[in-house]
Amino acid sequence: MSDLLNLNFNDITGEMLKVISDYDTEKGFAGAYNIREDSQCAGRQNSANITITSKTDKPGIDITVKPFTKGETVFIPACVTHTAVDDLVYNDFYIGEGADVVIVAGCGVHNEGEEEARHNGIHRFFLEPNSSVLYKEKHIGTGDGAGLKKIDPVTECFLKENSRLEMDTIQLGGVDRSTRTTNAELGKNAKIIVRERIMTDNEEDAVTNFHVKLEGEDSGADLVSRSVARGNSHQAFYSVVEGDNRCTGHSACDAIIAENGKVDAQPALNAANVDAELIHEAAIGKIAGEQIMKLCSLGLTKEQAEEKIIEGFLK
Amino acid sequence: MLEIKDLHWSLPSGEPIINGISCKTDGRLTVITGPNGGGKTTLAKLIAGVEKPTSGQILLDGEDITTLDITERAKKGVAYAFQQPVRFKGLTVRDLLELAAGGELDHGTLCGLLGKVGLCAEEYIDREMSSALSGGEAKRIEIATVLARHAKLSVFDEPEAGIDLWSFSRLVETFEEIRGSESGELVVISHQERILQIADDIIVVADGKIRIAGKREEILPALLQGEYTCACPKRMR
Repeated sequence: MSDLLNLNFNDITGEMLKVISDYDTEKGFAGAYNIREDSQCAGRQNSANITITSKTDKPGIDITVKPFTKGETVFIPACVTHTAVDDLVYNDFYIGEGADVVIVAGCGVHNEGEEEARHNGIHRFFLEPNSSVLYKEKHIGTGDGAGLKKIDPVTECFLKENSRLEMDTIQLGGVDRSTRTTNAELGKNAKIIVRERIMTDNEEDAVTNFHVKLEGEDSGADLVSRSVARGNSHQAFYSVVEGDNRCTGHSACDAIIAENGKVDAQPALNAANVDAELIHEAAIGKIAGEQIMKLCSLGLTKEQAEEKIIEGFLK
Repeated sequence: MLEIKDLHWSLPSGEPIINGISCKTDGRLTVITGPNGGGKTTLAKLIAGVEKPTSGQILLDGEDITTLDITERAKKGVAYAFQQPVRFKGLTVRDLLELAAGGELDHGTLCGLLGKVGLCAEEYIDREMSSALSGGEAKRIEIATVLARHAKLSVFDEPEAGIDLWSFSRLVETFEEIRGSESGELVVISHQERILQIADDIIVVADGKIRIAGKREEILPALLQGEYTCACPKRMR
């Protein structure tokens, strides 16, 4: 499939790209892109307004979006396709003043071997004043080797005045271990919105760390994590929202546990200004019996009802 | 047609709630009414399969459905509108209506269904059926999920509870429309005189038993008279 577009990636990457970044096998990516496969570049394209260059001091790329670029999407998927790969990459995003773009950064790890396969993406976002980014990140693990599939993303966000970053992250199974760390520092009137959905099963383990500093006046954060832990899996949600100025911060951790799943939620709010309005909500529990009953009354079986409730919850 | 034979149900503690109810619904719209705590909601849950009776039988068009669970009864054509609407994080109004209908619904059908309960589809189809909806909104969507099923037997537990006067008027019209069509039979638990007035049959349940039952023309005048004179249907002997 990669031949059509003169790209040089293998079929496993091709399949994962369809899932993690909505890759169209005939049309390719509509916009600038950089495809990373097993620690190598498997294809790159710039657009008139978005430039991707390799770093010279360490593995990774710099993605530079010109000021006032509107409506463009840049794709930077990363795939690990076999065992015994420990991929570490540093990607920096420089978003020019007034730009408004979408960044799609999926990650897939395929492992059919005995050793670990790991992708560790360290992303830094520098948002200039009045810029806006929708960042979409989908993680999957495939392959039934005994070796662990690990994804450990680190995201550092620096938001200047009036900028806005919306992160939409999703991990729906197959990743044995993941530790997601997201840190953000917000300037005046900057906003960060995070929507995280995680499902773990079997022996999987997923940890989320958020640390948001609301430094600028009228800055705001809205972090919402929805998770489902099934089988013998475990998830942990740690969040710290610091309000150092007049600001609004909201974080919510909503988790469904089934079978022997375990979820820890430790939210923290630190307010250092009387006008900092910080709220946290956390709820962990099994699927409510009345929800199953309602869907059964529509003709679904108990199992179909549970699937539908989880599907909706993580949608 | 719904037939109930000597139905009993007790709390896990052994306290009897339904004490031998037998009835047959002959009309297209049967209203079950009676004092609070008399067993009406329990009776509705027993019909829908939410609760299993301690003893007795429930027949739908002559078929014994007593041992069927809620899913099996739904598949046989029983629909049930919960008194307290169930909230779902993530499932939208469209999701629920399509699950109820058993397939995708076009925009016109969604508009029609929500219009019957006084809601505008444009505003609601993509909203989550979560606690962000008001009690009245959720109640009307709950009713719409039952209307979407076009079931053989639709049971509504106090459909008027929590909804405003204008939506209630529209709901009464909807019940009249269904009653006027040949599409299904309605059993409505209600205290509302306007719903009692459109009933074919009225059953008064009190203390877990049928106090009185019959055609609306026979029951309603006495019921209203009783309400005005003794303010308590329990005292109608």
